[in-house]
Amino acid sequence: MLKIENLHVRVAGKDILKGLSLEVKAGEVHAIMGPNGAGKSTLGYALAGRDGYEVSEGSATLDGVSLLDLEPEERAALGVFLAFQYPVEIPGVNNTYFLRAALNAQRKRRGEPELDSMQFLKRVREKLQVLHIKDDLLNRAVNEGFSGGEKKRNEIFQLAVLEPRLAILDETDSGLDIDALKLVAEGVNLMRSPDRAFVVITHYQRLLDYIKPDVVHVLADGRIVESGGPELALELEAHGYAWLKDRIAPNTAAA
Amino acid sequence: MGVALLDSLKAGFDALPSTQDDARREAFAAALADGLPTTRAERWKYTSLRALERRSLVASASLLSPVDAALLAGIPAPRLVFVNGRFDASLSDISNLPEGIALRPLAHALADGDAREASFLARRFSRADETFAKLNAALANDGALLSVAEDVRVAEPVHVVFIGAPANADIAWHARSLIELRRGAMLAVVEHHLACGDHAHLGNALMHVHLAAGSQLRHARVQDDASRGTLIARTDAVLARDATYQRVDLELGATLSRHELNVRLEGEGARLAANGVLLADGRRHLDTRLGIEHIARDTACDLVWRGLAAGRGRAVFHGGITIRAGADGSDARLSNKNLLLSEGAEIDAQPVLEIHADEVKAAHGATVGRLDEGALFYLRSRGLPATEARRLLTAAFCRETLSVLDDAALIDVLGVQLDAALARIELAP
Repeated sequence: MLKIENLHVRVAGKDILKGLSLEVKAGEVHAIMGPNGAGKSTLGYALAGRDGYEVSEGSATLDGVSLLDLEPEERAALGVFLAFQYPVEIPGVNNTYFLRAALNAQRKRRGEPELDSMQFLKRVREKLQVLHIKDDLLNRAVNEGFSGGEKKRNEIFQLAVLEPRLAILDETDSGLDIDALKLVAEGVNLMRSPDRAFVVITHYQRLLDYIKPDVVHVLADGRIVESGGPELALELEAHGYAWLKDRIAPNTAAA
Repeated sequence: MGVALLDSLKAGFDALPSTQDDARREAFAAALADGLPTTRAERWKYTSLRALERRSLVASASLLSPVDAALLAGIPAPRLVFVNGRFDASLSDISNLPEGIALRPLAHALADGDAREASFLARRFSRADETFAKLNAALANDGALLSVAEDVRVAEPVHVVFIGAPANADIAWHARSLIELRRGAMLAVVEHHLACGDHAHLGNALMHVHLAAGSQLRHARVQDDASRGTLIARTDAVLARDATYQRVDLELGATLSRHELNVRLEGEGARLAANGVLLADGRRHLDTRLGIEHIARDTACDLVWRGLAAGRGRAVFHGGITIRAGADGSDARLSNKNLLLSEGAEIDAQPVLEIHADEVKAAHGATVGRLDEGALFYLRSRGLPATEARRLLTAAFCRETLSVLDDAALIDVLGVQLDAALARIELAP
């Protein structure tokens, strides 16, 4: 479903991703782990289409459609969703109003009928119930004054309402205590489905105790240097990223 | 010094029945002697009146057609309506005024010779750059008189409406108004400046606000004049002990609009929370000048102004706060953020804080920038098209100011007016 080949991304004149390749099939959950500065967040932003993330080489397609020349809103309509590491506070913009406008803009672009406020509210109520989220979140401004945990849960709530094809979670675990982490992970697990793929970006193995990945990748210095099953995450946890550095040195030399 | 505008006003002044009044004669003579302020005057540095001073305007002229009552459809009673500065009984509705509220046109009080009611007119203006206040003192013979008796508290807003309407010549009108809240009273007022049809009148509106101890006024002023008109407005407010003044100014229309908001916090514990929006699109020139004075101890002001300039528009904001010696324990805050939406637009923002007391808290800041790229990307990443995301952020940027009114119904109405004005703006990427 998601196919990334030899992706090179430059930010502020600096090469961050240096030939990243990755394939994620529908229904799968892939974890991307790596040390700080490896390019994890850059991957999320580049796929979502943030300005300033300049692709100099390579390709990224979702269901065969090239993403890289599209505007962020066009990618969203195709089914790309990025859960932000730092969700933006937007005072004065009502959470519900924003989400309905976003969903309907996506639907319009896809040629689907827009939801009226009754239909939308019904959908919202269902999702709130499933995710055990209180509905006072609906009447607040987007992320304004939210705690760290509330912000991340709001991301998962948006994910649930927008029902994307591909969800990229950028360090959704950062800044969460264990209870908040469990709630967020539970939300993600509820959203797993045979036609949806997840890319879970994380620094720590901890999140993967609650969201079981099918594949774990290690991202270092702008490339995937190692891929494996869930046990790879445990090895990283046990030995740290320094261990990884020692291991990849010979490979790099051989290449 | 021949100045067409002042010469033409002289003809109008001579024709007024009230010219026998010495105070008016003095004020008019002083205005003629001073002339219109130029951009060399510090308080008028960013607003040129050269085009205005070359014009000839009459004091009154007959309307081309009656004002369509539909213009007032969204403005419920009680309301007092002035057309080209004159009270219009047929458009006004003060039949069901709540008990304890007095509302009537100044012209009626002058006709009755009620000296006590008109005593606020005695105020003198001495600075050389106060020409418009002097002209107003000399020429205004109508306006709104609104007073609320002790401990009377009314939540439903009273509306005061100034409408500019096309006449067989462009006119200069002068209105002088007073809002007076007695001890412990509470009131909401919405002041509207509207236009029907196209004209290029000059409106000169001076409003006095007197808030006695423990009173509370919520005051929204919406300047949405859709004409080529010029509006020079000034509000002078005085707050006694523990009085509270919550205010929003939406500057959305006119070709040239200048508003001076002067507030004296004279009584201990007096509080001002005033917000505003300047929406300078097209070729509009909007100038708002705040002069807030902390005179007594433990007084507070919280000021939030938002400016937008698009097209070839220009927004000028001067936020002046003075904390006088002895006003210890004062708390003053001013935030002025501006969005520059086009190359040809201009914003001049000037926060000025002057402190002569020791124990005070003060914070002020002004910024001019563009929409937050992070917020824009966040909205777009959820599927909102870029233009819609910009519109949403721009509206939120302005709407933030309305919350100070603390009245959901009023905030909704003002929000709709704000959105309609924002819809005029081209939000290019």
